[in-house]
Amino acid sequence: MLRDIALTCLAVLFIGLSYGAIAVASGFPLWVPAAQSLLVLAGASEFLFVGIVAAGGNPFAAALAGLLVNSRHLPYGLALPPGVTGRGGRRIFGTHLMNDESVVFALAQEDLPRKRAAYWACGVGVLICWPGGAVLGALIGSTVHNTDAFGLDAMFPAVILGLIVPDLRDRLTLRAALAGAAIALIATPFLPAGLPVLLALVAVLLLPRDRGAQRQEGAP
Amino acid sequence: MKDSTLVVAGMATLAAGTYAFRLSGQLLRARISFPPRATKLLEGAAIILLAALVATTALTQGHGFSGVARPAGVLVGGLLAWRKAPFLVVVIAAAGVTAGLRLLGVP
Repeated sequence: MLRDIALTCLAVLFIGLSYGAIAVASGFPLWVPAAQSLLVLAGASEFLFVGIVAAGGNPFAAALAGLLVNSRHLPYGLALPPGVTGRGGRRIFGTHLMNDESVVFALAQEDLPRKRAAYWACGVGVLICWPGGAVLGALIGSTVHNTDAFGLDAMFPAVILGLIVPDLRDRLTLRAALAGAAIALIATPFLPAGLPVLLALVAVLLLPRDRGAQRQEGAP
Repeated sequence: MKDSTLVVAGMATLAAGTYAFRLSGQLLRARISFPPRATKLLEGAAIILLAALVATTALTQGHGFSGVARPAGVLVGGLLAWRKAPFLVVVIAAAGVTAGLRLLGVP
């Protein structure tokens, strides 16, 4: 598991490189991607924010667009068993570590101690690699501007897909996931970024047979 | 750059709002006690969200199609993962196939 987390963090570092480089190339000073990556710590929304502001958009409108993208963290918090993000004061910090990668690693583990360990290891790794990559990318600047040539943009979806494949072996989950993916794709041309992924949650309706089967096993 | 103060305010809004999203799901979950089947449903919902994220980041750029190279790489990675290839192979293959196709002039 630790090796997979390390590799995921490496991929995050590469994506961070392109983020920092793009931010600087768009005319932002170094501190913008640096502060953003540390305090927001959610890649897609930061790309969007930088893109909108660089194109002349209002920073508040850009923030709202970013928030729309990040709204998926609410259902993530619902999905995580209590205690994964830590208890008491630690949870204040642990909450900040919630992202696509840390959540998917946590969900993949069997019991609470493992879930917590995976969540924190991946969360801290991303906390180091994402801002680290962004600052490095901003320093290197336009030399790594064309990261697409190395196929780095395929890494993020591949990382997430690789991690959810074990869950997709369950037929009903696969069916619901495919439906959700289709809904999001169909909605993408028409809705602002972030909403299509949320709309995919409609596919939860395809998970009911599972509920019925468990109900028959008897009420608690 | 635009007015710095405005940019900082926008960044602060995004950071604070994102943290609020991260926290509110957990607080909701702590307040309500879920039966096991609802817990499974919530996990299923997270998988659906992640699958939709994979589909949109692999296939789209802005509001349009991303081109063939990226989804082709992700698909190869997915197939390898399905056949239980090591995670490293999955990720490197995805980037490699995408880079290779672009080298050949595929968008």
